[in-house]
Amino acid sequence: MNNSKLGLDFGKVVEAKKISGKIAYDVQKFVDCYTTVAVERTLCRLLSIDGVDKNDVPLPNIVVDQIHEKGLLREGVLFFIGNAIIETGLTPQQIAEKIADKEINITELKVNPLKAIKTAVEPYINSTIERISNNVKTRNNYLKQLGEGNKPYIYVIVATGNIYEDVVQAQAAARQGADIIAVIRTTGQSLLDYVPFGATTEGFGGTYATQENFRIMRAALDEVGNEVGRYIRLCNYCSGLCMPEIAAMGALERLDVMLNDALYGILFRDINPQRTIIDQYFSRIINGFAGVIINTGEDNYLTTADAFEQAHTVLASDLINEQLALLAGMHEEQMGLGHAFEMNPDMENGFLYELAQAQMTREIFPKAPLKYMPPTKFMTGNIFRGQIQNALFNEISIWTGQGIQLLGMITEAVHTPFMSDRYLAIENAKYIFNNLKNIGDEVEFKENGIIQNRAHKVLNDALSLLHQIEEEGLFDALEKGLFADTKRSKTGGKGLSGVVEKSDNYFNPFIAIMKGGKK
Amino acid sequence: MSGGLYSMDQRNFDQTLDLKKIKPYGDTMNDGKVQLSFTLPVPCNDEAIEAAKQLLKKLGFENPQIVYYKELTQGFTFFNCYGTCKHTVDFSSIHVPKVESTKMDMKGTDTFIKENIGRKIVVIGASTGTDAHTVGIDAIMNMKGYAGHYGIERYEMFEALNMGAQVSNEDFIAKAIELKADAMLVSQTVTQKDVHIKNLTELVEMLEAEGLRDKVLLICGGPRISHELAKELGYDAGFSMNSYADDVASYIAQELNRRLQTK
Repeated sequence: MNNSKLGLDFGKVVEAKKISGKIAYDVQKFVDCYTTVAVERTLCRLLSIDGVDKNDVPLPNIVVDQIHEKGLLREGVLFFIGNAIIETGLTPQQIAEKIADKEINITELKVNPLKAIKTAVEPYINSTIERISNNVKTRNNYLKQLGEGNKPYIYVIVATGNIYEDVVQAQAAARQGADIIAVIRTTGQSLLDYVPFGATTEGFGGTYATQENFRIMRAALDEVGNEVGRYIRLCNYCSGLCMPEIAAMGALERLDVMLNDALYGILFRDINPQRTIIDQYFSRIINGFAGVIINTGEDNYLTTADAFEQAHTVLASDLINEQLALLAGMHEEQMGLGHAFEMNPDMENGFLYELAQAQMTREIFPKAPLKYMPPTKFMTGNIFRGQIQNALFNEISIWTGQGIQLLGMITEAVHTPFMSDRYLAIENAKYIFNNLKNIGDEVEFKENGIIQNRAHKVLNDALSLLHQIEEEGLFDALEKGLFADTKRSKTGGKGLSGVVEKSDNYFNPFIAIMKGGKK
Repeated sequence: MSGGLYSMDQRNFDQTLDLKKIKPYGDTMNDGKVQLSFTLPVPCNDEAIEAAKQLLKKLGFENPQIVYYKELTQGFTFFNCYGTCKHTVDFSSIHVPKVESTKMDMKGTDTFIKENIGRKIVVIGASTGTDAHTVGIDAIMNMKGYAGHYGIERYEMFEALNMGAQVSNEDFIAKAIELKADAMLVSQTVTQKDVHIKNLTELVEMLEAEGLRDKVLLICGGPRISHELAKELGYDAGFSMNSYADDVASYIAQELNRRLQTK
């Protein structure tokens, strides 16, 4: 980290990481004392409770609601299920079905000693841990046998609303050269406080994230991966009110990449800050254990705030997100921290500033598979200019060694991508990645030139912002609107009623097991 | 395959502009040249190219040229094409309904309001329904605005509230009542399966049920919205791409003034 092309002062980087660490630690002290309905539903899923009742309500919701209605969620769902296993001799799934049929209330059974309860859930915990560990092994085997694309990984989205149509589009994209396929979720799913069930064929601007849809797409990508001789990664969205549940489903079905960012949910979906920060912690533990690369959503700040003026907020948020991920046991190699190419194309020397910021981000997070987002805000429907904007974006990516390249689409702001839009985007990226392959090794930047000075300024500004956040605490900083020009109150937004303080009996062995799984 | 750089084709057509019969323009008046691209769900072969040519003819193009083709994935072939359009349009008889107001800049609008209305105009805006996109409403309302056009929040004579995204029609109306809004701005970006039409219609119906429809200026905007569509759905005005806060603010000020005068 001491060989900077930008002449960065790494003392400042160390200081920024230290302050971010303190900010994250303060948040963590709060998180450790609480659970949420989503975390508890996740535990149900990790005990292999799945399916829906006759009204299509997912069984994990039915179990958790029964406990929450009694005001007893502070004890944790594992406590009641473990106790019910002892009392009924049934499996967690059978117990959930009985709750759905209103044949049993697990909060009213005779209470057994805590130790016996913990022993009762152990086999179910172990079998899930084994299933997820096997998924990690399977992925590693694929990577060993088939290999993978070069970085930056080419990341494209599919969003037809119909999982079977998505499969056609995804396989086509993989054949054209995509390394990561993200299935965009249907509009509004992030605000559902449950995860829909089964294969789905109807969605608006995207496809429902369900475990069955995950399984269908995973199988399709394995199939095409074998055909093209490259492991194709599957990405979905582990954000919103069901953040940890989606992490669990992804771990069970071998997803490889997950959007996972509480700050994004707070700022752009108005999800309650406490709720989603607590949810995020458990979701990141699961993602960490499952070998998933997370993507954070800082790029979105620049769709509302100005990309030139607010570049330092992106860096500050990346630094905080890194520390929060470390606390959840993630490796740096799993942190697809987000940033974006969103400056106004009319800006003089805009390319130089973008280049400076991308190189700066690379040097500050040397091991992270940085997620670089394409121009969206200034895509106008002039698809011909759009192709050039995307080309400039691709040039910076290969030049600065980004990890994950979310390809820009010429029809951004017009419609969800056609098959041909995706083809043109991949062709554009492959052309530039090949044609400029080693430019980063060859070109150095002028000392104290525009590029170096830009990077210094952004780092300095990020550092003073972090000092301010440290003083106020992350929650208060969000209330003041320090990110994305958006103010969010600690008690506002959606989902606060699902937050519960843990009791002394509360236990969640997955945290220790999964964090212990740190390689 | 193509005509080459120096085309020796005879240009045996009338090269004078006639607004009653306009055609696309390539490099010569009335040459009718059009470029287009599309994908056909067939493997890439001679039959596919012939199919693309036949499609172009059916679309009304003479001399169809397939200048590039490529199989995107098994069974899907992409084409770039040129053709000569047979059809003409009578430009002189076209009438498009437009928002009728004079566009003023921020200062001009503020002055107009001071002189004619004499109080601040209350405007609330939201991206309603499940639509999570704030790009449109932010561009019109937020202080900063978009592409150098300041948003309505920055206007001295507007009291503006941007409620953001995923606001239910119920909450939107409740806020309008609470703030005694003069104008309501709805932004709709997601248009898959016409979800925006359902949502926009629902808002009008709810306002009518509450007896509020005549009491507010109701305006919608978004990339797929036209003034014509807005009028059809029962809105006072609609704004599409390339509209900025100045357009919307000028309209609100002038239309509100007109209504106050005729009351």
